[in-house]
Formats: sequence, C-alpha cells, structure tokens
Amino acid sequence: MKRQKLYDNLRELMIPLGAITLGLLVGAVIILMTGANPIEAYKALFIGAFGDVNKFANTLARSTPLIFTGLAVAFAFRCGLFNIGVEGQMFVGALAAAYVGANFEGLPKIIHLPMAILAAMIAGGFWAAIPGILKAKRGVHEVINTIMMNFIAYAFIGYMVSDVLRAPGQTPRTVGVLPSAQLVRLGELVGWSTSRLSIGFLIGLLVCGIIYYLLWKTTIGYEVRSVGLSPMAAEYGGVNSSQKIILAMIISGALGGLAGAERVLGFDRALILGFSPGFGFEGIAVALLGKNHPLGIIFGALLFGALSNGGAWMNFTTNVPVDLIVVLQAVIIFFVAADQIIRRIFSKNKKEWGAV
Amino acid sequence: MQPILTMENITKRFPGVIANDGVNFDLQAGEIHALVGENGAGKSTLMNVLFGLYQPEEGKIAYKGEELIINEPTQAIKLGIGMVHQHFKLVQPLTVTENIILGSEPTLGIKINKEKALKDVDELSKKYGLIIDPKAKIENITVGMQQRVEILKTLYRGADIIILDEPTAVLTPQEVKELFAILKGLTDQGKSIIFITHKLNEVMEIADRATVMRRGKTIGTVSTKETSPTQLAEMMVGRQVLLRVEKQEAKLGKEVLKVEGVSGNDDRNLQVVDNVSLSIRAGEILGIAGVEGNGQSELIEILTGLRKPTSGDIYLNDKKITGLTAREIKNSHVGYIPEDRHKRGLILDFSISENAILGIHQRKPFAKGMQLNLSEIKKHADNLIEKYDIRTPNREVHARNLSGGNQQKIIIARELEIDPVLIIASQPTRGVDIGAIEFIHKQIIEARDEGKAVLLVSAELQEILSLSDRIAVIYEGEIVDIIDAKEATEEKLGLLMAGVRN
Repeated sequence: MKRQKLYDNLRELMIPLGAITLGLLVGAVIILMTGANPIEAYKALFIGAFGDVNKFANTLARSTPLIFTGLAVAFAFRCGLFNIGVEGQMFVGALAAAYVGANFEGLPKIIHLPMAILAAMIAGGFWAAIPGILKAKRGVHEVINTIMMNFIAYAFIGYMVSDVLRAPGQTPRTVGVLPSAQLVRLGELVGWSTSRLSIGFLIGLLVCGIIYYLLWKTTIGYEVRSVGLSPMAAEYGGVNSSQKIILAMIISGALGGLAGAERVLGFDRALILGFSPGFGFEGIAVALLGKNHPLGIIFGALLFGALSNGGAWMNFTTNVPVDLIVVLQAVIIFFVAADQIIRRIFSKNKKEWGAV
Repeated sequence: MQPILTMENITKRFPGVIANDGVNFDLQAGEIHALVGENGAGKSTLMNVLFGLYQPEEGKIAYKGEELIINEPTQAIKLGIGMVHQHFKLVQPLTVTENIILGSEPTLGIKINKEKALKDVDELSKKYGLIIDPKAKIENITVGMQQRVEILKTLYRGADIIILDEPTAVLTPQEVKELFAILKGLTDQGKSIIFITHKLNEVMEIADRATVMRRGKTIGTVSTKETSPTQLAEMMVGRQVLLRVEKQEAKLGKEVLKVEGVSGNDDRNLQVVDNVSLSIRAGEILGIAGVEGNGQSELIEILTGLRKPTSGDIYLNDKKITGLTAREIKNSHVGYIPEDRHKRGLILDFSISENAILGIHQRKPFAKGMQLNLSEIKKHADNLIEKYDIRTPNREVHARNLSGGNQQKIIIARELEIDPVLIIASQPTRGVDIGAIEFIHKQIIEARDEGKAVLLVSAELQEILSLSDRIAVIYEGEIVDIIDAKEATEEKLGLLMAGVRN
C-alpha cells in the first residue's frame, strides 16, 4: 500500500517536472529565434538564481512571499473557492504590519514582532472575510468580490502610504519598522552576506507544515476539503458549508496578510508603495504548479523565485530580454493546466465506460 | 431466415479495459431482442458501436445482408437505426411535433412547412398506435408520453431497428404495459427492437430472444420460451442467485418514527410534499412506492434534516426532531442511505477511509477534539471493508474508482455501523449489479430483524414488494394509501401510483 502511494506521488510529480521541461524547451526555441544561444542563456539563468550563496539567498528571499500567497490560494481552493484577492489581502496585511511595526516604541521584541505579524494576519483575514461572508450568506461569487476588494485595497493603501503614513523623502513609503518588530535578516547574522533573506522564509516553511496538518489531520481540514470536493455530500455529512466557506476565506486572507508582513518586517523594513510585482497573482500560478499541496507550493515558489532572479541576471549578462521569463512562466503554467484538461477528458471517458 | 442485423466478433478496447471482447449479436426482422447484463457488462458499448459512436477494433457488422462500417450516428440514422436513450433528448419548451421533426424538418422555401409536419406526425402516430397530442409542449406531458415522442422521432427518420435503453426505468407499471403493447404493434409492422434492460421479468414478458452479456463477452443467446429468470440471472452473474428475498414474519416493537402532517417545498419553492403522515415501528420495513418525482426525495430530505418542512411534526422515539440539523438527526441514531450516492452519499475524491467517517468524523473515537485520530479511522475502514465485503485493493483507493455496488456498500456499511434505531434507505440498489443487490437486501432484512425501523423508498416495485412489511404509496406529494404488503400486488400498487384511489 505504501509503495502504491509512493508510486502515485511520483506520478503526480512527473506532471510539473514535465511541464517545466517542456517550458524550457519552448523557451529555448524562442531564444534561438532572437538569435541568442539558449545554452548560454539558461546557464546565466541558473547562475543568477543559484550561482553563489548570496544569489541563492536572494532567490529564497524572492520565493518567500510566494510561499505565503501560494498557500493562501491553495487553502481557499481546497474549500472550492477561487481567491483572486490575495494581492489585496497582502496589501492590507502589509499596512497593518507597517503601522504596528512603526509604533508602540519600547515594547520588547518578543511581544512587538508577534503583534505586528498578528495584526497583518487579522487585517488580511478581515479583508477576505467580506467576500467570504457574501459568498456564504448571499451566494455572491467570490471571484468578482475578491477582485473588487483588490481595487479597494490598492486605493486605500495608496492613499495611506503616499499621504497619511508617508515618511519624508522621494519615494512613497511609510516610516521604517522599529528594530523590535523586525524579522532578522541573513545579512545581519553573517558578515559576508548582503542578502535581505529573513527568517520569514523559515516561518513560511513552518506555516506550510501547519497548513498541511490543518488540512489532513484535523476535523476542520476534513470538513473544508469535503465542502470543496462535494458541497452536497458535505451537507449530508452534517457539515455547515457556509461556516466553512467563511473560515477558509479568513485563513486564506490571513496567509495573504502574512506575505505582506514578511515583506514589511523582513525584506523592506517599511511599506514601500510598489513593493509587490504581483505576488498575490503569482501565488495563483504557484498553487496551480504545486497542485494545491503545501509541499508542492514550496517547490513552485522556489521555481518562480529562481526564474525571476535568474532572469534578471540573464538579462544583465546575455542579450536575452527579461520578458522571456514571463514567457517561460506562462508556458509552464500552460502545460500544467493543459495536463488537467487532458486528465479531465480522460476521467470523463472513464465515467462513460463505467456506465457501459 | 436471414437476420436483418448481425454483429460478429466485435471487440472494442479502451485504455485498460476491454469493453467488448469478441461479442456476437444478431437481430431478426420483427423480433424483440433483449440485451441483458449487469452494469459494465458492455451493453451500451455494443449499442454505441452499432450507432456509430465508437469504432470497434475488430469485428464485422452486416445490415440487411450487406457488410458495412458505421462511422457516425447520422449514418446509422440514414441506414434506419434509431436509438431511444435512457435520458430523453428532447427540447422541453418545444412542442411534440417540433421535437419529432427537429433535424429533418420539412421545408417550404426557407420556412418550416408546419402543416406538413403536423400531418406527417399525425399519420405516423396513428399508423403505429402511438397516441400523442402533436401540439402539446414537452414540458407539459408525462414521461410516458415523452418516451412515445422519442420512439416517434426514430420512426420519423425511417428507423427499421429501434434500440431502447432501459426504457421502463422511468415508467409506472401501467405505462410499462402500454409501452409493451406499442412495442408489439411495432414488431407486427415489421420493425425490429433491441431492448436493453436488467429487469428479468420484463425480458420474459416482452422479448422473443435474449442475449446475455457479462464482462464484455456474450454468454449466450436464448429464446425466452425456453429459459427462466433464474437461468438468465445465472448467466448474467456467473453463479446462482437468490432472486427472492427470504424473510420471516415481522416482530414489531414500539413506534420509532412518527410523521404528522408534514408538508414541504422543492428547490423552486413549489409544494411537493403534502400533509404526509406515517409511522414505523421497530422491526418493521415501511416501503414508499411511487413514480419518481412525486415528492419522495423531498420527504426524505425533510426527515433527515437536509430540508426544512413548511408544516407538520416528526418524532423519533417520542422525541420531537422537527427542524433539527442533519448532524443532530444523525446523532440521534438515524442511518441514511441517500438516493444519489455520487452527489450525497460519497465524496468521490475522498479515500474509502475518509468516506467511511463522513457524518461521524467529529465523533469519538475518530476525532479527539479538533484532531483526527487516523489510526482509528484506518481501523474502522478496514473493519467495514472486511465485514461488508467491499471489493477494493486497499482503503486508500478513492471512492470514484470503485464499482457502483462497492460504492453503495461503503455507504450502507457506514450507516449501519452507527447503530441506528431508524434506517432511511432511498433507492438503495439503484445502478447496482445483481450480486450486490442480493447483499444489500440481506443487510436491510437483517437490520429489521435486529429490531431497527426501516423506511425504504424505491422506484423498483419488485424491491418494495419483496422487502416491505407495509407499503405507503405516494402520488403528487400525498400518501394515497398505506396497505399491508401481503395484500399488495403490482396491479393494485400501480393504480395507486397513478393516483387512482379505491
């Protein structure tokens, strides 16, 4: 039975690996068409991502928010919800972390730091709870509402950062986070590193473990997954679906808030208005790539982090444009998604044979 | 005599499955030929090959003495092969005539020649004795009438062979009689009929010959004059089957369930359960007979807490349970086998272990506080698999990958193991093969003999008649009558099911 499970898991793993390989192949063709050497380009990509300890640390740092946003998307998805609003939940989480982190001077770190993190989680959770409640009680589709909540978050944070909480200077940013609320950076631990990789990465791994436990080892996870797979059977099993929908959205939003907290307290040490290149949306891709499983999400986040940092280096050292990275990401996602299309056709056929 | 159709040595493979393995089938002009076999035996695959939906890897089809390859349904239709699917393919808001001509409309310039259409349909219906109202809308006519429209559709397209896929599943006994008369009339006029079914008594009544399939192979073709239901069942299953349910006299205990004047609405908020009162005692099976869609489903959902009644009261062991949630009702020891195991009873992408605790997952010993006790859950699953003979490689297999019979066994095992005082079983053997039906019936009788009260809802009259101690007949949401099972006959129930009161 164990061997069977191992075999199943390996087969599951083949799909993303195959998609990555196919993506790189398609990318190679495109690089060839631009007249560059794909081997050179991929070498630069690899060196840029993993070339030395600092580059590797920076890749981990770039992956960290994606672990949180990927988990956020995946958790909601396990309950059958498509949370497009992780970006917005991350923004309000970042704002809460920045506010708490910059105030309450004199608190010891052991209280101040958790307080800032908790504030981010509560803010993100609250932001996601609104579309969650609307979905559970009124049947309003969460995709629409989470997108709308994103726009509200952008505008609100834009106003707060460039006006109310703005620190003096050229770029719109908040006042720096007090040392008592900062996540320790690798660069501060060892003299030779300049990386802004913080222990937020380790927190990310820990949270993956917690989410795994929650989903598969608790009654809450059991009920959340049952609502996600079959709402009618969940109802039959006495599960209060609307309660679970709201809960899943709150947890998802809290995870989004955590992504913001890590950026503000660890990476940037302040809320800089343009801090996110779309971590929340990349999280959707990461969750898809990681098959909505915490372990898969870690690898998906690392892949996206590596592509992003390696791509910058590739752009810098060869004449391959950085836009290729977006193409690569898109092709990989396409093949992962296409696999599901193929599988769906396959399983539909099987159903027909079942009725033979 | 030369058969009108022969299918010889047909083999159709799907990845990992041989759906048809060297199947032979022949059809004489003017005969009714039953094609029988359990779910998954390959009946539908064979018919889909004939209808041009699948291409066989091997084998020959000869039609009217000519060997040919059927590439697509339109070709099959042109050749004169018509199919009436189990789920009708009719456009609800269109009229009978519009549905019949759909796809081959008589035209007048670019307009549809409505007068000709009406005339053609009228003539056709008179010729074959299929009486319908050509101007009625499909949504306003009965299921039996809709079936006539489907048959007329094939005739309108010039069918000489009509394939009927499980045609009696949706009909009342009276409608079945009318259908059989129509089929006889069709064969008298030279049409040939392939009748797919798994109801053996119907085979004996209507068919001239029967071809039995099992696991993708033809087991044999027999003349119904020279066979018996027992022999057919044996051919279908591959071993001896007990067709009759053996049970002892009911030992009645005290009243377990009392339903008083319960009414309720469906999802569209129309009243479909109308002032239902009934009572079941310990050690008794009360069957609810009725044509599907007469409020049975909603009544059951009300009793199990999935739907709120608009009025009335429900008592379990003298305790009022009206309006309690599904979880509270299950916690008061009510086992519930829902009619739709795919939508309600199981989570298909959950493993057997996970499905085995659905509804009791928050209870000891399966949960300690918030934490699931995985070793207890595994033990429970293994226990059920063994005790209820669930055929599976292991407990981690997803329910989706099991056969219908084994899926149903998971549900029955789970619900019987909660030590119920009342079991509500809705269509417990639907889509399940004969072997599993036998097993499930035995389990239900055993539960009754242990002193549990059983409420059985089934569209299969035979099932109701053979299991129940008393039978309530429901029509348009009302209980028309409750009779002793000993006094019940198919005819009597059939009349009640059609709403005819004594």
